[in-house]
Amino acid sequence: MKKIILIIRREYLTRVRKRSFIVMTILGPLLMAAIVIVPIYIATLSNEVKTVSVIDETGFFYEKFKDSETIKFQYLVSDLSSAKSGFSKSGASALLYIPKTELALPSGAILYSKSQVNINVKGYIKTVMSRQLEELKLEAKLRDLQLNMDAKLTTDDILRSIKTSVEISTIKIGKEGTEEKSYPEVSMVLGMFGGILIYFFIFLFGSQVMRGVIEEKTSRIVEVIISSVKPFQLMMGKIIGVGLVGLTQFLLWVVLTTGIVTIATSTLSSKLSSKALPEQLIKNQNPGLASATTFDKAIISPKENAEGMNEVLDAINSIDFPVMIGSFLFFFLFGFLLYAALFAAIGSAVDSEADTQQFMLPITVPLVLSFVLAQYIIQEPQGTLAFWLSIIPLTSPVIMMIRIPFGVPYWHILLSMGFLILGFLGTTLFAAKIYRTGILMYGKKVSYKELWKWLKYKN
Amino acid sequence: MDLFAANNITKQFSNHKALDKVSISVPEKSIFGLLGPNGAGKTTLIRIINRIIAPDEGELYFMGRKLVPNDIERIGYLPEERGLYKKMNVGEQALYLAQLKGINRNDAVKRLKYWFEKFELLPWWNRKVEELSKGMQQKVQFIVTILHEPKLLIFDEPFSGFDPINVNLLKEEILELQKKGVTIIFSTHNMASVEELCDHIALINKSKKILDGNVWDIQKTYKTNSFELHYTDYDGNLSDFLPPKFEVTDLSTINEHFISKIQIPKDARLNDLIRELLPHITIQAIKEIIPSMNDIFIRTVTQQTSSSVSKHEESL
Repeated sequence: MKKIILIIRREYLTRVRKRSFIVMTILGPLLMAAIVIVPIYIATLSNEVKTVSVIDETGFFYEKFKDSETIKFQYLVSDLSSAKSGFSKSGASALLYIPKTELALPSGAILYSKSQVNINVKGYIKTVMSRQLEELKLEAKLRDLQLNMDAKLTTDDILRSIKTSVEISTIKIGKEGTEEKSYPEVSMVLGMFGGILIYFFIFLFGSQVMRGVIEEKTSRIVEVIISSVKPFQLMMGKIIGVGLVGLTQFLLWVVLTTGIVTIATSTLSSKLSSKALPEQLIKNQNPGLASATTFDKAIISPKENAEGMNEVLDAINSIDFPVMIGSFLFFFLFGFLLYAALFAAIGSAVDSEADTQQFMLPITVPLVLSFVLAQYIIQEPQGTLAFWLSIIPLTSPVIMMIRIPFGVPYWHILLSMGFLILGFLGTTLFAAKIYRTGILMYGKKVSYKELWKWLKYKN
Repeated sequence: MDLFAANNITKQFSNHKALDKVSISVPEKSIFGLLGPNGAGKTTLIRIINRIIAPDEGELYFMGRKLVPNDIERIGYLPEERGLYKKMNVGEQALYLAQLKGINRNDAVKRLKYWFEKFELLPWWNRKVEELSKGMQQKVQFIVTILHEPKLLIFDEPFSGFDPINVNLLKEEILELQKKGVTIIFSTHNMASVEELCDHIALINKSKKILDGNVWDIQKTYKTNSFELHYTDYDGNLSDFLPPKFEVTDLSTINEHFISKIQIPKDARLNDLIRELLPHITIQAIKEIIPSMNDIFIRTVTQQTSSSVSKHEESL
């Protein structure tokens, strides 16, 4: 155990000190921050005024949507079908339909649009709607309280009971009037992001393990080391060490990206808030309510609103975060461990990186396949294909991460985790057998047949 | 007493048998030569001793009992295929390898400083391995091998990659270690160094041990009772006057000296030869021809090869 820690330590330190690691650590967050910031920045540049037609069957929201420099609202009093037929000819870029619904269940709002809905527009609509609903609920609650003096409710209880999250589904209307449902963007983005990140990390750090093994073989240090430690310890030490490097890099990316985005958006936000959103929204607070100021701040921070991030935040709130983060770390770790063992086995079987091609194929196929299939999985995250691919250990790290933001039954996740652990144990045992023979073979072109023989050698 | 013994070690790889019932016993404080042509199975045997691979059959004994996994901390191994991490600092790397052998960090630093000083490597402590010459890298490897003060040292082709000066340095160190009570197993093709260093040898060819024992005993069994004779005052053939059983095999001239090689019968002694010679020639020098390990090596290996070939032919 002491020796394996020594090995992990060396593998970790030599990699973390490398220039390429430092460069990647800085470039990664810059790139990711750019992906987040650029669309927001572009949104600030757009001066086009968008008109949104509103059909409000509830009547709650009449005159609540305020015009700004970039968004104008017009209220229609026709029914949905005639409004839709008129929509394509009208100058409006979107049509908001709020069906009659109960106050406690504000759902079913649909936003029809001609093109992709601007995230600012959607965010604003959602904010206004949830704010309005919360106010209505609060009024109802206060009436209730006046009638029922015995009830001992704290401000917190009230705030919690009125907290409202509004879901708006988006439907794109084509030129010929065809309707196409767009998918819940945030789940999609999170799923894709998680899946791609795992895919990327497995490849990046898996091949680092492989290169590390080849380095030990070509530099001929391997026999010196395995006269002190078992081949298995050396292999696992390397895998764990590189895995920790990956984790470190990932955490640094998260911290740095968050830092950069926060700084960049706060400089942009002053520009945004004056432009994209009406001032009234911020000022429009009901002075008659004692707790209104605090809960308004708590629920709609004007700044977040200004960044157009509210929608994202809303959606994130609706996602089970502990499960998301927990399973990301789990699939990240075990996905890496599973593949890294295979990468180590390949590294041990060859003399140089040029010879790895023939053995790389069986490893890359499931990984690339899960990457390619990701777009289908996203359209049908609960389908049979999605289910099986998220259970099979070789594809599950990527596919399960894509599925989780859409909501997956716990037993799917647990089953997938169970199989992944089994898969990890399996590949590690398999890899260890190839590894301990492979590292001592020099100058020999190895075939699959040869590998099969190695598997059968007695230790 | 034997420090190490291997009994009937057999190791089968898929296509060939690497070792076939090989037994060796290494006396304590000896330098034991493990000889054999390429591919004979020496490295396999050494790897088995180091517990890098396990034998199919046979037992290993160390210090009078069965070899256990922890014993590798009492064994030092310098493999034939050896190297260091090229991008790593020399000192840091030596420390790492020493710690893997179970030495704690402080001890390792102290001992490394001592050896680096001795081998004039101290200025290179913070340099990268790739900046070192091959000879210096070999020195670092040698130091790392002996640093944990093992009871048994195994050197596989230790002199390859060293210049003659460093070969001598290394030989002195090896003899020094032997004096301190370390037992050394030494695998090589270099027969001159075998004669110079080894007390005992085992010769392995084609997975089988074909010869072993004390070096002097082996040479005695292989000597043919031949003598090299330097003489003057006779320019004819010595067989003109020698009895027919005394066979003259070779004749050459150097600086008006004649040199002859004479093989005498098994029951005869050097005195008998001298008695025959004295009336006819002036003897300048005479010495017994002792077969070199090189000759013995070549002779036994080719013998075994030709006998196995003829056996093979018979079986056809």
